[in-house]
Amino acid sequence: MARHWRAGAAGLAVLGLTLTACGGAKVGEDSAGGSGGKGKCGTFNLAINPWVGYEANAAVLAYVAEHDLGCKVEQKDLKEEIAWQGFGTGEVDAVVENWGHDDLKKKYITQQKTAVEAGPTGNKGLIGWYVPPWLAKAHPDILDWKNLNTYASKFKTSESGGKGQLLDGDPSYVTNDEALVKNLKLDFKVVYAGSETALIQAYRNAEKNKEWVIGYFYEPQWFMSEVPLKKVSLPAYKTGCDADAEKVACDYPVYKLDKIVSAKFAKSGSPAYDMVKKFHWTNDDQNTVATYIAVDKMAPEAAAKKWVEANRDKVDAWIK
Amino acid sequence: MTVAVEKPRKTGTEERPPAPARRVRTVNRSLVVAAILLVWLVLFAVLRGRQTLSLAAADLTDLHRWFNDVNDSIGANRNSNPLFLYFFNEIRLVIDTLVTFVQELISQPGAGRPVPQIGWLGVVGIAGYLSWAVGNWRVALLAVAGFTFLGLQGLWQESMDTLALTVSAVFVALLFAIPLGVWAGLSDRFHRIVTPFLDFMQTMPTFVYLAPLTLFFLIGPASATIATAIYAAPPAIRITAHAIRSVPETTVEAADSLGATRRQALLKVLLPMSRRTVVMGVNQTIMAALAMVTIAALIDAPGLGKTVVQALQSLDVGTAFNAGLAIVVMAIVLDRVTTAASARADTARGSGSPLLKWRRQLLAAGGVAALVLVYLSHTYVWAAEFPGEGATGSSIAKTAADVTTWAQDNLSGLTNAFRDALTNALLNPFQALLTDSPWWLVGAALVAVGAVLGGWRAGATTAVCVGLLVATGVWSDAMTTLASTAVATVLVMLLGVVLGVWMGRSALVDRLLRPSLDAAQVMPPFVYLVPFLALFGATRFTAIVAAVVYAAPVAIKIIADGVRAVPATTVEAATSTGCNTWQIITKVQLPMSRGALTLATNQGLIYVLSMVVVGGLVGAGALGYDVVAGFSQGQLYGKGLAAGLAIVLLGVMFDRITQAAARRTSA
Repeated sequence: MARHWRAGAAGLAVLGLTLTACGGAKVGEDSAGGSGGKGKCGTFNLAINPWVGYEANAAVLAYVAEHDLGCKVEQKDLKEEIAWQGFGTGEVDAVVENWGHDDLKKKYITQQKTAVEAGPTGNKGLIGWYVPPWLAKAHPDILDWKNLNTYASKFKTSESGGKGQLLDGDPSYVTNDEALVKNLKLDFKVVYAGSETALIQAYRNAEKNKEWVIGYFYEPQWFMSEVPLKKVSLPAYKTGCDADAEKVACDYPVYKLDKIVSAKFAKSGSPAYDMVKKFHWTNDDQNTVATYIAVDKMAPEAAAKKWVEANRDKVDAWIK
Repeated sequence: MTVAVEKPRKTGTEERPPAPARRVRTVNRSLVVAAILLVWLVLFAVLRGRQTLSLAAADLTDLHRWFNDVNDSIGANRNSNPLFLYFFNEIRLVIDTLVTFVQELISQPGAGRPVPQIGWLGVVGIAGYLSWAVGNWRVALLAVAGFTFLGLQGLWQESMDTLALTVSAVFVALLFAIPLGVWAGLSDRFHRIVTPFLDFMQTMPTFVYLAPLTLFFLIGPASATIATAIYAAPPAIRITAHAIRSVPETTVEAADSLGATRRQALLKVLLPMSRRTVVMGVNQTIMAALAMVTIAALIDAPGLGKTVVQALQSLDVGTAFNAGLAIVVMAIVLDRVTTAASARADTARGSGSPLLKWRRQLLAAGGVAALVLVYLSHTYVWAAEFPGEGATGSSIAKTAADVTTWAQDNLSGLTNAFRDALTNALLNPFQALLTDSPWWLVGAALVAVGAVLGGWRAGATTAVCVGLLVATGVWSDAMTTLASTAVATVLVMLLGVVLGVWMGRSALVDRLLRPSLDAAQVMPPFVYLVPFLALFGATRFTAIVAAVVYAAPVAIKIIADGVRAVPATTVEAATSTGCNTWQIITKVQLPMSRGALTLATNQGLIYVLSMVVVGGLVGAGALGYDVVAGFSQGQLYGKGLAAGLAIVLLGVMFDRITQAAARRTSA
């Protein structure tokens, strides 16, 4: 009997819903218009590498491509290596913040000829060893590598086997840190945190609890606006001083971050390609957008809109 | 994830020598193991630091370079190779079409519509109706509530993307798994051949084949589906084979004697009789597929995984937790529905109740109601797009973030002390013993222990694994990982025994704990990594804790079942002779569930090993870091692959030793 009732109730409910629905708006009624087709842009496949700074570049480019050029932008969340692979298969048109990656350039630009360079983004990438601000303030001399050994014992952790701990960690970048520690005769051990998340959390704790942490980090990075880490100076970089990975004893070079596009995209005549090629902004610009995304928790599109509306002149230079 | 789900049940069938003789041998065995360890310690003191085969993070061996070259040449020849043009591309097209079809049905706008064909009301209706049709009205209610909750979280589209991918991947996996499972159930030889492949598919870290998959099948739904299917198919194959094998022989003989052909015996006897267990295999496949959601997001698979991964770039624990919770809700709904379906497969048959007469009409009526809902959701906006802004989701996210902050602020002194104590007292000495001994000494000790515990066959397997581990070139890293794995497994077993016995003895505790255990198993580890990092820092210990959270539930559940299986009469007998509770547990219930304990160790270890890569992301270093780095940097690809192989070898080695030991002890 119970089932009878249930069926009856379900039937009534359905009937009720159907009746109330008659007044509802129908799918597709007001969706006309939308993308006003300026220019013949077509689809723009934009790779999104997994760090917020990159996302800031991509969000702004995607916003401009969609709203000013009328492109259909396909954003694809991919690691660098896989994104470069996508140039050859036609699934990725552009990578819009590239950190060096000479190995990938050799493989995809020189050998397979599936990718070409599209000029610098204007951002300067710094890689190096950083300490939390409280530490730099309490012991200013720590910012010179020559004094690191004096403090080595303070950096000891459960992982570092009696030496000071140098926290390395984002596996995406080549690090010379093991060679550096050896060649600069530092009493440190490189410990692999394994992810950017782990590094940021380590610095966040260190600043809050006044802990001793030194590690590998980079700028531009949104986290710097939350905790402005201080860079430790290593022996100055000179061209070629990092040629032999085993013997490196100098700082990392300043990377001119650049853009890479697929060879096909470069020849396509798409207005999106011209925009990517002309795209150029400063570290401050990127940090602004990245902070909107990471600290203010805005959606990337909303963050891009906010910046574009405030910086119309810069944007116009990219799409002329 | 679910290696050897069905294996343990075989253990009971082995014939063993009578009890007195075995007792003597057990004593001898633990003495011999102790002696081996003693010899190892003495030699370690003498030979420390020699022939340790250590390899720096950026160094490569010839094997690693060769892997790199193979990978590169595949990439370079992809557009001219006929294998790609006519084989992989065809597979990709078929799977892409399938996934896109499902996506346009429930998650993505398509065919000129701004919304998918079926909106939220239709999906909820179908979910409720199907759950009722294959299960019962209770799970139907759960399904409706669960799916509505996903919408309230503000994650409707993401959830449907995940559901679409999971459904497609499970479909593809079952398409291959069920026939292969039936074959493995019928043929001993095929079973033997296929088992190592299944072990491989389940223990090889997905990170290792994610990049090559995008080379074969391009970036997009096909790669994500195939990666998920590779991981999700093995449980279905194993459980189907097990189901076919456990049909009573007399039944098959009866069919034979009635003159049934092989085909008839299969279709009319074996398959119907094993239906219940096969549905459990489907259940395990769905769970395994959901475990891949966050990993697949790394190659652009849309859905909840992406939300989790993106939130973690800015360490937004709240948002990540909200999305993780959606995965848990979906997993629990799908789990309960398939479990109810398998129970129904058992009871519905032959129950000639009067309801059965009405059932057909009711099913038809329910079907019509579901169709009406689908039509409404196809036509009207309010039924197509989930209303509201997902306020529930925001408050969940905010609460999770607040709790995390509170824990970080108030607990970190305590947790650091605990971490240092465990690291210095247990982990460091053990790791030194493994990594600083000469490789041949560790190898010999492992082979000897394997042979003593598991017999000469297990010893031989161990020897082969040790040899191959040396060949991978990451021996030293493998030993570091082994040390952490062993410590994590010890913690898993401690938790397993304490909570398992508690749950086994009290139905109430069982009912209270079980949902949290399910949640711990399906919540993506990425979600709780950030709070753990805040509490324990980027250390090996953090990795161990993450592994324990993931692996302990399995061990707890197995031990609880084992304790419950101890006959009530035995416990009553012990009580009447005046045993107190402690004595009953230690003298009766634990010894009598020895089989379950061994199985829990086996599964605990395999689950811990499956977290090695996650550990690499939070400071475990060693094999986990090698795999992650190999996924991120082209020139380390070969080393990552070698490290992945090393994880598989460790898994196979432990699995064979513990299984052989289980067979010996539980005779």
